[in-house]
Amino acid sequence: MSPDSHAAIELRGLTRHFGERTALREVSVEVPAGATLAVLGRNGAGKSTLLRILATLLRPHAGVAALFGEELPRRGWAVRGRIGLLGHDPLLYRDLTARENLRYHARLHAVEPERVEEVLAAVGMARRGEDPVRSLSRGMVQRVAVARAILHRPALLLLDEPRANLDPGASALIEPLIGRASGLTRVITSHDPRSALAEADLVLALRDGAVEYVGPPDGLSETALREVYA
Amino acid sequence: MNPHTRHLRGLTIATAVTITAALALVFFYAPLDVNQGFVQKIFYVHVPLAIVSLCGYVLGGIFAIGYLRTGRRVWDMRSYCAIHMALIFSIGGIISGSIWAKASWGHWWVWSEPTLVSYLIVILLFATYQPLRFSIEDPERQARYAAVFAVVGAAFVPLNFIAVRLSTAFVHPRVLNLEGGALPGSMKLVFYISLLGIALLFATLMKYEMAAKTMRIETRRLRRRLLGDDAVRPLGRSAAPS
Amino acid sequence: MKATLAVLRKDLLLELRTLETVPAMALFAVTVFVIFHFGLNRSSLSGQLAAGVLTATLLFAAMLAINRLFVAEREQGGFDAFLLAPVDRTAMLVAKATTLFIFLAVLEVIAVPAFALLLAPPGLGQAVPGLVLILALTNLAFAVIGTLVSAIAVQTRARDLIGPIIGLPLMIPALIATARGLGPLLTVHGSGAPPGKWLAVLGLYDLVNALLAYAVFDFLLED
Repeated sequence: MSPDSHAAIELRGLTRHFGERTALREVSVEVPAGATLAVLGRNGAGKSTLLRILATLLRPHAGVAALFGEELPRRGWAVRGRIGLLGHDPLLYRDLTARENLRYHARLHAVEPERVEEVLAAVGMARRGEDPVRSLSRGMVQRVAVARAILHRPALLLLDEPRANLDPGASALIEPLIGRASGLTRVITSHDPRSALAEADLVLALRDGAVEYVGPPDGLSETALREVYA
Repeated sequence: MNPHTRHLRGLTIATAVTITAALALVFFYAPLDVNQGFVQKIFYVHVPLAIVSLCGYVLGGIFAIGYLRTGRRVWDMRSYCAIHMALIFSIGGIISGSIWAKASWGHWWVWSEPTLVSYLIVILLFATYQPLRFSIEDPERQARYAAVFAVVGAAFVPLNFIAVRLSTAFVHPRVLNLEGGALPGSMKLVFYISLLGIALLFATLMKYEMAAKTMRIETRRLRRRLLGDDAVRPLGRSAAPS
Repeated sequence: MKATLAVLRKDLLLELRTLETVPAMALFAVTVFVIFHFGLNRSSLSGQLAAGVLTATLLFAAMLAINRLFVAEREQGGFDAFLLAPVDRTAMLVAKATTLFIFLAVLEVIAVPAFALLLAPPGLGQAVPGLVLILALTNLAFAVIGTLVSAIAVQTRARDLIGPIIGLPLMIPALIATARGLGPLLTVHGSGAPPGKWLAVLGLYDLVNALLAYAVFDFLLED
């Protein structure tokens, strides 16, 4: 069986604790390849924990989490290079330039150096590539972070507030890279449920770590949505 | 049923009997040392304490390997309790060693005695075990990092001894030492019984500590289940496994 | 191997950009020599005293680098970025230990001549090869243990305190071997040959700690 015949993401009864606190409780969802999953919920609902587990950075305590048919955390190494993570933290060294940062990531991911220029140009940062990251504005840092996340041509994008700090122009610029048009499997979290719902094929609403709703976006009623954020 | 309370009664009785017997033998049977007199009898406390506590540290490291391999919290608990007890025994060991040094060499502290010096360094290292645990909040990470520390520390015990031993140009001529085998037969017998007594004491206290800690965790778990997660006060920061 | 070089290169580049660690270590070491001059009230040291002052100073200066070794990884997402890459996690250990080794070597290039100038008696030229040999083994011990300790300490709340209190006892055997090995070298009219016994102890300590670090390091990275 080729890995492509599996769902891109398969979660069954996924549970994760932090000490006595349960951050995720029995979360189950299946995302087919190429689809977009929007994860909704208040701060502390478990969105970031879910993203970190999917990024292989955090191990699940119970249940199954599989990416492309590879079960985490045991087979994490098999999928690691296929995940692009764009989180709150840009994962860039402030004292290195954008280009140096990307070159470092390119070496770690064994990506050819030309790809660095390609992604820098794609996010419109080619001219500021020699500036240290600490001197860039927040929107620019976010653009470099996007470049970093797609540098190694991931098959799965994990996007935590991907358009934070971006002006409409920059938003449009990165759209083909991480938006629907990219054709990649995506998991998106957002404080703004409207925009996330608009581009989602599937919605997972979390409340205190438990699943409040999972299904197509039009199945989530206005009241249910308010409930999630209440 | 708490698994740590099994055999606890038998172990406690065996410990009490052995320690009593050892003390009786030390005071009434073991011969007075010709050079050092009565104070030499602290040897029967000091050396077993030192040996048992060093073994305790190494044991803590071995349990820590168990934790790293299996990820089961019971190994973390074992490792923690072994090191905790070993620390307590070490304090007794170093104080009794100091008294013995004063009595036989006239100084509370002698740098020329490699066993004592390397013992102090090991204590200084393992004294950081609790602060390390205390400053890591997430219990899982706390257990993992403490286990790594315990493994490194256990390997450090013999290495450190070799280095300190080599650095001591001369070793005090000792009337009694373990390596020399210069112990008269009656002293040897008493010594081994004392060693057994202290080892049993270590095992008993460690088991009690594990039983108490496991019980506390279990009680807390039940309370949370019965009263709800929010009704039980959140755990404060703790160095102990939880 | 490629990943190790990538991390190493990045670390050296970061140090070149910020010049945060090595200059501070060098400055610290020279200041400590001045402090020892006044503390001991001697204008020239030789033999074991000189060896002890030099070794202790290098050890304390090394602690400065050890405290900072993983701070950028922790605070700027370097750990996550590294863990997201499909590379062997040991690469981080090897790269960081090499970084620390290089930092210490650069420190010694500055601090040892400063020591010779400020505190050592003249005429120790024949000691240089032995000194280089011993310090290379010492750096290896400091680098391996330092990396391990730093990786532990960086995840604690009181990392500036936890690092030294764990690190210093662990380094005492290396300190003993270095100081005793250097003693005869820094004696005027000494043999100039390092004592084989202490080279062997240092080598053994390096080897055991390297194996140990290799075995346990992965556990410090996962979450």
